[in-house]
Amino acid sequence: MVRVNRKIGFVWAIAAGLLWAASPLFAQEHGQEQNGHTTGETHETHSEGHGESDGYDAVGTVMNHIADANEFHVWYNTHIALPCFLYAPAQGWSFFSSGKFEHGHKAIDGYVLNHGRVNRVADPAFPKGEVHIEGITHQKDTVLKAGKEKVVDVYFATYEGKSWLLDKPSTLDGGFLGGGITSFYDFSITKNVFTMLLAAVLLVFLFTAVARGYRRNEGKAPSGIQSFFEPFFVFIRDEVSKPMIGEKHYERFQPYIMTLFFFILFCNLLGLVPFFPGSSNVTGNLAVTLTLAVFTFLVVSLNGNKHYWEHVFWMPGIPAWVKIILTPVEILGLFLRPFSLMIRLFANISAGHIIILSLIGLIFLFGKNGESVGGAVAGGIIGGLFTVFMNLIELLVAFLQAFIFSILTASYIGSAVEDHHHHEHEEAH
Amino acid sequence: MGAIGAGIAALGAGLGVGLIGSQAMAAIARQPEAANDIRANMILTAALVEGAALFAIVVGLLAG
Repeated sequence: MVRVNRKIGFVWAIAAGLLWAASPLFAQEHGQEQNGHTTGETHETHSEGHGESDGYDAVGTVMNHIADANEFHVWYNTHIALPCFLYAPAQGWSFFSSGKFEHGHKAIDGYVLNHGRVNRVADPAFPKGEVHIEGITHQKDTVLKAGKEKVVDVYFATYEGKSWLLDKPSTLDGGFLGGGITSFYDFSITKNVFTMLLAAVLLVFLFTAVARGYRRNEGKAPSGIQSFFEPFFVFIRDEVSKPMIGEKHYERFQPYIMTLFFFILFCNLLGLVPFFPGSSNVTGNLAVTLTLAVFTFLVVSLNGNKHYWEHVFWMPGIPAWVKIILTPVEILGLFLRPFSLMIRLFANISAGHIIILSLIGLIFLFGKNGESVGGAVAGGIIGGLFTVFMNLIELLVAFLQAFIFSILTASYIGSAVEDHHHHEHEEAH
Repeated sequence: MGAIGAGIAALGAGLGVGLIGSQAMAAIARQPEAANDIRANMILTAALVEGAALFAIVVGLLAG
C-alpha cells in the first residue's frame, strides 16, 4: 500500500498538470448558442443571462449556469475575477484580469465579456486598449448549413453607436455545443480550470497526509484521515483493479485507476456544492471528460499486448469472411469505448445539474419573475423539496460515475494486458 | 424530433437496465454469497447499456 500510494502522488501531479494544460483551450462548451431569447428581436443582454425584460428565460439561465465562465459568479452582483490569457494571431498575447471587463461594459484589446465568456470583436478596426462599450446586443440569424436552415445566435458589441460583430468563444469541439475555433485562443484560468486546480490541490494535501499515515503505521491499524480513505483504497483494489485487470498486472495500473477515481469523485462532489469554491460543472464539461477518456485510450493502447492487437485486427478462430466484417467493427470499437466513457460522464453529471437548476427555476417560473409572491413560495416549496431529493441522488451518482469510469477503464486495460485470452476466458465461465 | 428520439432512447435504456437489475436481484436472492460479484457485474453491464442510450441521446441532440 505504501509503495502504491507514493506512486499515486506522482501520477496526480502529472494528470492534474496535463488536464490544466489541455483543458482551457477547449473547456468551453454550450452557453453561447442556447440563450433562448425570443426569435427575431434584438435587445440588450446582461452578462448573467437573467434580468430579461420579457419574462423568465428558463433554458437560457440553465445553460448559462452549466457553462464554463471567465469569472466566478458568487451571488447577486458579486463576481470573483479570474485571470485571462488570450492569444489572437492578429495581435499576440493579452493578459489581464476578467474584472477589468466590468461585466460586459468594457472592451479590452478588442475582447469583451458576453454571458461570462470572453468573445472577440472580429473587425480589426475596433480600437485596442480599454474602451467603454454601450452594451452587447443579440440577434437570431438563419444560416444554411448542410442543406438545412439553422437558427444561430449572433452577438454585437455597441461602441459609439455602431454595432461590431463578435466572434464566438474559442473551443476545440468544432461548434458541437456552440463556439468553435475562431479568431482567438482562450487559455484563461476559467471557472472549471479553477475548480480542477482546487480538486488537484485538495487531493495532493489529503493524500500526502494519508501516505504519511501509511508510512508511520506500517503493519499497524490505520489512524486519522487514513482510516477514512482506507476502505476506498481497499475497495478499488479488491473490487475494481484485481478482478478486472488480473492478479498479475493490476499493481502497475492501480495508481492510474485510483487517480481517475478520486479526481472524478472530487470534481463531482465540488460540482454539487452550490456556492463559491464549488458550483462549476467540471465533469459535466465535454472537454474535461474528453481529456480523461484520451488518457484511458492511450493507457489501453500503449499497454495492449500481442493478443489484444491480434484480436482487434485479425480475430483468431473464426472464418476469414467473418474477419473481414469483424475487423472494421473492432477498430471502430477501439474509439467507441473511450467515446462512450466521455459521453457517459458528461451526460450524467450535466443532466443532474440541469435537473437541479430547472427545479430552482420553478421559483422564478411560478413567481412570474417577481410578480407573484405566492407562486414563488409555492415554487420554492416544490422546487426546494425536489432539489433536496435530487441532490441526494446526485451524491450517489457522483460516487457511481467515478466508480463506473474507473471500473470500465480497468476492464479495458484488463482486456489489453490479458495473456492466453482463450484459456482464461473458459476458466471464467 | 430530437426530443422524441431521446425519449425513445431513454425508454430502451430503462428497459435494459430494469432487466439487468431484476435478474441481478434474482441471482443475489438465489446466491447471497455471490452478491458482491453479481453487483459489480450488474453495474458494469448497466453502464454499457446506458452507453448505447447515451449515443442515441447525442445523436438526438445533433439532429436537434
